Amino acid sequence: MADLTTTFIGITSPNPFWLASAPPTDKEYNVRRAFEAGWGGVVWKTLGSEGPPVVNVNGPRYGAIWGADRRLLGLNNIELITDRPLEVNLREIKAVKRDWKDRALIISLMVPCDEDSWKDILARIEDTEADGVELNFGCPHGMAERGMGSAVGQVPEYIEMVTRWVKKHSRMPCIVKLTPNISDIRKPAEAAKRGGADAVSLINTINSITSVNLDDFSPEPMIDGKGTHGGYCGPAVKPIALNMVAEIARSPETYGLPISGIGGVTTWRDAAEFMTLGAGNVQVCTAAMTYGFKIVQEMISGLSDYMDRKGMTSTVELVGRAVPNVTDWQFLNLNYVTKARIDPDACIKCGRCFAACEDTSHQAIAMKPGRVFEVMDDECVACNLCVNVCPVENCITMVELPKGAVDPRTGAKVTDYANWTQHPNNPSVAAE
Amino acid sequence: MGGSALSNSQLTPGVVPHRLPAAAYHDNFTDVAAPLDRHEAHVAADRCYFCHDAPCITACPTSIDIPLFIRQIATGTPDAAAKTILSQNILGGMCARVCPTEQLCEEACVREAAEGKPVEIGRLQRFATDVVMAKGLHPFVRADGTGKHVAVVGAGPAGLSAAHRLAMLGHEVTIYDARPKPGGLNEFGIATYKAPDDFAQREVDWLLKIGGIAIRNGMALGRDMTLDDLRATHDAVFLAIGLAGVNALRAVGEDMGHVRDAVDFIAELRQAGDKSALPVGRDVVVIGGGMTAVDAAVQSKLLGAENVTIVYRRSQDRMSASGHEQEHATSVGVRIICHAAPLAVHGNGTVREVEFAYTEETPQGLVQTGETFRLKADQVFKAIGQTLAGAPDGLALTGGKIAVDATGRTSLPGVWAGGDCAAGGADLTVTAVAEGRDAAMDMHESLQG
Ligand SMILES: Cc1cc2nc3c(=O)[nH]c(=O)nc-3n(C[C@H](O)[C@H](O)[C@H](O)COP(=O)(O)OP(=O)(O)OC[C@H]3O[C@@H](n4cnc5c(N)ncnc54)[C@H](O)[C@@H]3O)c2cc1C
Ligand SMILES: Cc1cc2nc3c(=O)[nH]c(=O)nc-3n(C[C@H](O)[C@H](O)[C@H](O)COP(=O)(O)O)c2cc1C
Ligand code: SF4
Repeated sequence: MADLTTTFIGITSPNPFWLASAPPTDKEYNVRRAFEAGWGGVVWKTLGSEGPPVVNVNGPRYGAIWGADRRLLGLNNIELITDRPLEVNLREIKAVKRDWKDRALIISLMVPCDEDSWKDILARIEDTEADGVELNFGCPHGMAERGMGSAVGQVPEYIEMVTRWVKKHSRMPCIVKLTPNISDIRKPAEAAKRGGADAVSLINTINSITSVNLDDFSPEPMIDGKGTHGGYCGPAVKPIALNMVAEIARSPETYGLPISGIGGVTTWRDAAEFMTLGAGNVQVCTAAMTYGFKIVQEMISGLSDYMDRKGMTSTVELVGRAVPNVTDWQFLNLNYVTKARIDPDACIKCGRCFAACEDTSHQAIAMKPGRVFEVMDDECVACNLCVNVCPVENCITMVELPKGAVDPRTGAKVTDYANWTQHPNNPSVAAE
Repeated sequence: MGGSALSNSQLTPGVVPHRLPAAAYHDNFTDVAAPLDRHEAHVAADRCYFCHDAPCITACPTSIDIPLFIRQIATGTPDAAAKTILSQNILGGMCARVCPTEQLCEEACVREAAEGKPVEIGRLQRFATDVVMAKGLHPFVRADGTGKHVAVVGAGPAGLSAAHRLAMLGHEVTIYDARPKPGGLNEFGIATYKAPDDFAQREVDWLLKIGGIAIRNGMALGRDMTLDDLRATHDAVFLAIGLAGVNALRAVGEDMGHVRDAVDFIAELRQAGDKSALPVGRDVVVIGGGMTAVDAAVQSKLLGAENVTIVYRRSQDRMSASGHEQEHATSVGVRIICHAAPLAVHGNGTVREVEFAYTEETPQGLVQTGETFRLKADQVFKAIGQTLAGAPDGLALTGGKIAVDATGRTSLPGVWAGGDCAAGGADLTVTAVAEGRDAAMDMHESLQG
């Protein structure tokens, strides 16, 4: 079993699986049970300023979308930061940390956008012995209207300013949690770095309406006939989160900035993917909310197995492994030619590849007597749609044409690497 | 003989009622396959791949657009799903319960090829049709009256299907049936546990909501009217009289007491309100290899018989009852003996034993090996096939059934036939429905012309 011990911005935890700041980490009872179950760390549910706590709605606060067998694919929420008194949270954090010294315990914070508020809250948390702070610049609902959460996270200058205050008034490692509700994720990450952040974490939830009640004509979750946009998370957001993590990891401005990957992590595989794209660890919320704390056991065994198979002895070897292979479209090899191949023995004759290619792609699949499906190489553009719609894994595969072979579709020989920047159809090439 | 209701058990000799505790009868004759609830239906529906030119559609004798109706269930519109089903097969509710799906749609399902676990098409079909029937919805409306009047003889699946389609197209339909109730074998033949709770009658009532159909029970063709009468008073006639006769055993002693036709036993069982009052033997022998043999055997067991044996003269894979049916029989404790043909029924006025000869398959056909054995029996059911009986004179027959073309036309002008009484096609409820529907479409065309 590979050792999963991971050190992230100086904070060591027995594995890279942290619970994200959210309901699973809202109180001592949960966090103790999470640690017992094996979670490497938690980011405590976001604390606000001293004074009367925020209030939550008293009707439903989650909406969801489901896949087959009602598998939860996406969750949306209109919950705010913790609605429990600050002193209670602080007392509990201290008690938990005292008993669980080997686990990471980070405090998530969101207070009004003025230096005194931040100075004050940082002083208040000082003696909890928490390992670090995470600045919640992400919450897209409720708090944003009050000038906090994503209202800060969408303005890079504010991020930089607040991060600076935090670094000035605290010696704790500081993670800046980013909102995905922005057009270029690199900008807030750069701002956090300028402000002195030790790391960024992403993504927080995505603005969304999950569904509309077609009888009452209101978004779900519906509160007395009305609904509002909420924050979307869970497996459905993973592809968006992966891209944002990769963008930060490969950008020259932020290269090397530690990243805590969040968004739809549900299995060890998801975690490994985030890590290869540059995340030093991952945070999980929806998967724990869907299946309970126990899933971390699968994550731990799965990731160690994988690392054993790959001969890796530390998560450091995994982090960032895929980053060099994330490139821009214009640098993709246009002379890499593949053709779809249907394995007749694996084929169950559903015909979905045929419907897909015939109706919406390139009419490159022939349906022969006996429901035998065959790819016509002279039409196949290798789009991969048939592979994606085929219900049988590995029944349809993409086979690379060797160098020197003739592509029956274009009549051209497969030659060496060449990309769009070198292509004759590219106007900027022609101009040169 | 007999014994009181209180003291009878599975071990009581002879043919007696009340072999089981009263509560057992309810459990034994209730739904053999529980209906899917809404959630289960959604889970089951999600497994459908929505195949291109789906093989299940081809395998369904009524060509229901199965991927479409399953997608309609998956998207929360079971009413629309039911309409998709019923527009091809108006007895989609009964078919969902009685079709040997493992030999039809579900056998063709690509997930059967992939995992040996087809999409549960039959149960999904039942889910959708149950929803509309429970709501009392009849999703079809009659076209304006055409002034034409069609006689349908036989109120089984073929007759009902034809009648509904004809009525929907605006024709006036009268169904004549010899039995006191409509439904044909849906009412008098199908195993009780496949369609409990009076489903056959409820389905007929629902079907009649289309309007324009009159049913006249107790009217037998050949007894109460002739084909010529019907032709004279109607614009067209559809014959759907099923197979009212039965094959004889041709074994010595077959007219002894407690030797009877399985179909009669089943009809009586289907009509009995209180199953516990039905007498059944301790040792029951059923001779035959089809669905009727299996149903008679299984239901004897469910009535409390101690030993029930099906004896079939050829190998088990030649039995016309499906593998699934055979498995069901053995799972309730029925024993199946193959390669044995009946020689004689022994007893003293009533049966005590049946003597069989072992057989083997040879290039010359089935021959007896010379070796024989006897089975103890206080009741014997003959289930060696039904035959056409009471077909009007003047109709061309083929293979003992009414000769028809692809759309059900017989040798007589203005007379169509379909279902079990007509040549060709499997003797199944769903085939009868398909033939009734297709004949109706052809009759409609010719009546319009
Ligand atoms: C015991 C048994 C179990 C079966 N189980 C199944 C099963 O599980 N699944 C399946 O798919 N199929 C099953 N079948 C077969 C199926 O029931 C038949 O294929 C189907 O009912 C045929 O329909 P039909 O309309 O042609 O005939 P029938 O259902 O036989 O209906 C014929 C109708 O015509 C009437 N009739 C007959 N003669 C006259 C006359 N002279 N005048 C007026 N009316 C007349 C009869 O009273 C009857 O109502 C079973 C059959 C039997 C016998
Ligand atoms: C109900 C709910 C409440 C949340 N509250 C907070 C919060 O208080 N602070 C915060 O930084 N993120 C909060 N989040 C966002 C999560 O920490 C996480 O960033 C997001 O859910 C994406 O991860 P996931 O796909 O694993 O759920 C919340 C998420 C949910 C579902
Ligand atoms: S890869 Fe695209 S073009 Fe080629 S056969 Fe598959 S669907 Fe058709």
